[in-house]
Amino acid sequence: MNLYRYASPATFHPLAGRLVPWFAGLAAVLAAVGLYIGFFVAPTDFQQGEGYRIIFIHVPAAWMSMFIYVVMAFWSAIGLAFNTRLSFILARALAPTGAMFTFVALWTGAFWGKPMWGAWWVWDARLTSELILLFLYVGVMALQAAIDDPRRADRAGALLNLVGVINVPIIYFSVKWWNTLHQGASVSLTRAPSMAETMLWGMLVMALAAWMYTIAVALARARTLVLERERRTDWARALLEGKA
Amino acid sequence: MNWESWQAFWAMGGYGLYVWGSFGMTALCVVAEVWLVRRRRVQVWQKLRRMQAWDAQ
Amino acid sequence: MLSFLFTVVRRDILLAARRRGDWLTAQFFFVMVVSLFPLGIGPEPTMLRTIGPGVVWVAALLATLLSLGRLFADDHRDGSLEQLLLSPYPNALLALGKAIAHWIINGIPLLLIAPVLGIQFNLPAEALAVLVLSLAIGTPILSLLGSIGAALTLGLRGGGTLITLLILPLYVPALIFGAGAVDGVLAGTGAEAHLSLLGALLVMALLIAPWISALALKVSVE
Repeated sequence: MNLYRYASPATFHPLAGRLVPWFAGLAAVLAAVGLYIGFFVAPTDFQQGEGYRIIFIHVPAAWMSMFIYVVMAFWSAIGLAFNTRLSFILARALAPTGAMFTFVALWTGAFWGKPMWGAWWVWDARLTSELILLFLYVGVMALQAAIDDPRRADRAGALLNLVGVINVPIIYFSVKWWNTLHQGASVSLTRAPSMAETMLWGMLVMALAAWMYTIAVALARARTLVLERERRTDWARALLEGKA
Repeated sequence: MNWESWQAFWAMGGYGLYVWGSFGMTALCVVAEVWLVRRRRVQVWQKLRRMQAWDAQ
Repeated sequence: MLSFLFTVVRRDILLAARRRGDWLTAQFFFVMVVSLFPLGIGPEPTMLRTIGPGVVWVAALLATLLSLGRLFADDHRDGSLEQLLLSPYPNALLALGKAIAHWIINGIPLLLIAPVLGIQFNLPAEALAVLVLSLAIGTPILSLLGSIGAALTLGLRGGGTLITLLILPLYVPALIFGAGAVDGVLAGTGAEAHLSLLGALLVMALLIAPWISALALKVSVE
């Protein structure tokens, strides 16, 4: 199999077009199953009552927010090393979805924290790191938006992304350190409720749904970016002629 | 089955605001993102077609 | 190699000496931001002592960012940056020299002003010494990481505000360990752990940041 064939924009554009509905469909089915498990199969938690059900989006969103940043860094590194345009486009297409999941993780963290800790926001190590992760996403997107030349925007964004990914573990460690030193001033998250097996399954299925959703949206976004950049090539011209 | 009635389902054992606030915002974000991606696709498509027509002249 | 590094540093210091107005702006900014906090919060001494280290450190971050915009911009405008990038020496050396010069010009004055500001915040002598020490280890990190941001935003509209978005999240660990060292002294738990972590950060920044800024410069100048 020749991987480079799929990296060519002329092949990628129709291929992504065919894949998007499949991934979107998978995401919808998995989300339906996950929500069913989350609301109807998983039992009430003996400590947190029904409030714990937020876990079924909070944890998958938090996982995805970190995972997407790392995947972006992977594509950025590939792009910088092999000079492949499509890798930069994929990295760029992932950023808004990653930021969206980071925001969702923060929002649901707040809505979970209010009934459990009595406050919308506490400077818990995980919430604080997530907030800084959101800033990192915003930085990459702002930098790419500010540069008009796509070639430079790709590379600059990729470099910042790589610096960010080196920093994420350092930031997490420093925030954790800071949090333990100031224990008196803040409430730290009690351990997650002892996990019933069905809860774990619900979370895993929801995380898979989020993953499929991310692929679908990122491919759709990448398709538009490819078309925009390749508008002067023969295949793009033919495509644009064709559809009324 | 966890719920005795729809009312109990929406109430979420007193945590209704928090559970539905979370799931609602997530749904809103997903819908908004999909809508934005689609709108962008349509806009880019129209823009490129206009540019192409312009080039042809 | 070393002579090239030395030349880059010397050149920047000489250029800065000719434009003292710009240089003073960042220093006064630092003083003013720190002095505004007691006005906003109230003059209660114990409260000021608690927030002092954090306020001085945050103000140092902001003052560093303020002066970073010019790090490569002037050389870029008159074309000398491209010449420097074409020199036979590694570009990382150029980026390192620029960062060192930035630290000498903007970082060292912050260290010298900081104790005076610390006194305003009612910090005891021991804490003042650690404040200066933490800034001495920390401000080079700020200059090094900042040089990446300055290289990435080179020549962009609104580059000055953009750089804050890019770089401030990366400053978080330096802020935590730097201000934490002074807090450690105030709380009686000691500052060694914080300072050694800050030192580790400095070593990492020295090893990585010049390479990345050199790559970023190439991307931006191309």
